[in-house]
Amino acid sequence: MSATPATMSTRRLLRAYWMEARYESIRMLRMPGFAGPFLALPVLLYLLFGVFMYGDALRGDPKGALFVFMGFSIFGVMGPGMFGFGIPIAMEREQGLYQLKRALPMPRLAPLLAKMLMAMLFVAIIMVTMFVAAPFGHMRLSAGQILSLSVGNILGAAPFCALGLVIGTLTTAKSAPAFVNLLYLPMIYLSGFLIPLPKSLQWIALVSPAYHLDQLALAAIGAPSQGPNAIHVAVLVGVTLAPTLLAIRRLARVG
Amino acid sequence: MSTEACLAELKGVRKRFGSLVALDGLDLEVRQGELLAVLGPNGAGKTTAISLMLGLRRPDSGTARLFGQSPLLVEARRQVGVMMQEVTLAPELRVREQIDLVASYYPDPLAPEAVMELTHTTPLARRPYGKLSNGQKRQVQFGMALCGRPKLLFLDEPTVGLDIQSREMLWGALRKLVDDGASIVLTTHYLEEAEALADRVVVLAKGRVIASGSVSEMRALVVRTRIRCLTTLAVDEVMNWPGVGSVSRDRERLEITATNAEAVVRQLLAADEDLQELEVRRAGLAEVFTELTQETAQ
Repeated sequence: MSATPATMSTRRLLRAYWMEARYESIRMLRMPGFAGPFLALPVLLYLLFGVFMYGDALRGDPKGALFVFMGFSIFGVMGPGMFGFGIPIAMEREQGLYQLKRALPMPRLAPLLAKMLMAMLFVAIIMVTMFVAAPFGHMRLSAGQILSLSVGNILGAAPFCALGLVIGTLTTAKSAPAFVNLLYLPMIYLSGFLIPLPKSLQWIALVSPAYHLDQLALAAIGAPSQGPNAIHVAVLVGVTLAPTLLAIRRLARVG
Repeated sequence: MSTEACLAELKGVRKRFGSLVALDGLDLEVRQGELLAVLGPNGAGKTTAISLMLGLRRPDSGTARLFGQSPLLVEARRQVGVMMQEVTLAPELRVREQIDLVASYYPDPLAPEAVMELTHTTPLARRPYGKLSNGQKRQVQFGMALCGRPKLLFLDEPTVGLDIQSREMLWGALRKLVDDGASIVLTTHYLEEAEALADRVVVLAKGRVIASGSVSEMRALVVRTRIRCLTTLAVDEVMNWPGVGSVSRDRERLEITATNAEAVVRQLLAADEDLQELEVRRAGLAEVFTELTQETAQ
């Protein structure tokens, strides 16, 4: 019997992570119908509202132009993580693919990291489309602002990946889209980043990671923001870690 | 490692799903270099037993070991290849890509090209998995199971949906793997598959082992022989002969199960000189299997 080493060299292990990420992105590229909507929607809505409908009004209103631009950017950050994680994970669990990979010596975190990188890549693409559209919405950003906003928003995809992950881990393939929307839609309306909340309701935004990311993004480009950045970072890190740990534990035990 | 070394084992394993007892104190071991066929009716616990050996589920009590380690450890599973019963692989990925991805999980895998040649899937290399026939999908899954040069292969109903040619290919590949020193655990509904391939057979019913041994040992468990012939002899008459278990008539044909076939045949020929089309057949695994599982049910 040939002695196959049960240990993997670091190079082989890194390659396994790389292959998972590579084939995850190949899969996404071959399903434009899945990724297309959440890639295109933020910039299309921004053009519709920020340029065609209210473009004239925003011409002399830099605060308003900033609000609309940032709102649709944050909207763009949310989609890839929540949908790109939640629905595929629920499907792969139900179809036995995740079960097979658990039985195989797949590095446990490889598919999760692959999907997270994928979501971050999508956010990067969305940000590029937003920056291209920005001048039409009377937004002027310096190179430094573009850089810091990109980095912030790409990292900001993490908590939404975690929320999508935990939903995908707990729901069936059929119910996953409904549960994702159940979290996604209220978060869009109640975080105050797209539609200003009345004073009496503003406290609701405090529980939403989208609100905290919006404030951090404003701070990143030097615009006035609410609350200390440390709190925003702490909330986003917490919203990333808690669901992820819960999901990893459940995926290892139940699949 | 001794030749009888145990690669995977379940010891006193119990597993319940709600009120359903799936495994009821199951002991099962897979030895070095053997092809073990696990037989049993639906719901006997075959798939549950395999999923415990692979660490997909945890036993309520008892232990599961894989290469002497917990099956939850990835180091243990790096020596294992798996083909599961119900799995939908990413339909967008091509055949070569599927194999390439799974091969990346192993320390020293075969090249995807070598795997495709072994499993006769080379012409499918660039086809998207979702466009394959069910039989072709099983062939690809088989390739994924062996791409990591596993010491132990778990195959859950591997030939369901395969045409005869692909089944022969798979059987041939399995024999070659065992000759090269691998061990294989195979669950199957096809008894001829167990008869054709297995060194050892384990029959499960209601989450317990009700019989185990070589194919011929299993047959010997039920010593009956089946005799069929065209004769005018009456059922009642033959029924009273020594060594006759049961007699039934199917038009002109008499069907006898006997514990002492030679004596019964002698008596048959003596009693009816015009007797024709005599057939004597040792009970196949199918009959043994039916009989054993029926006994447990009673």
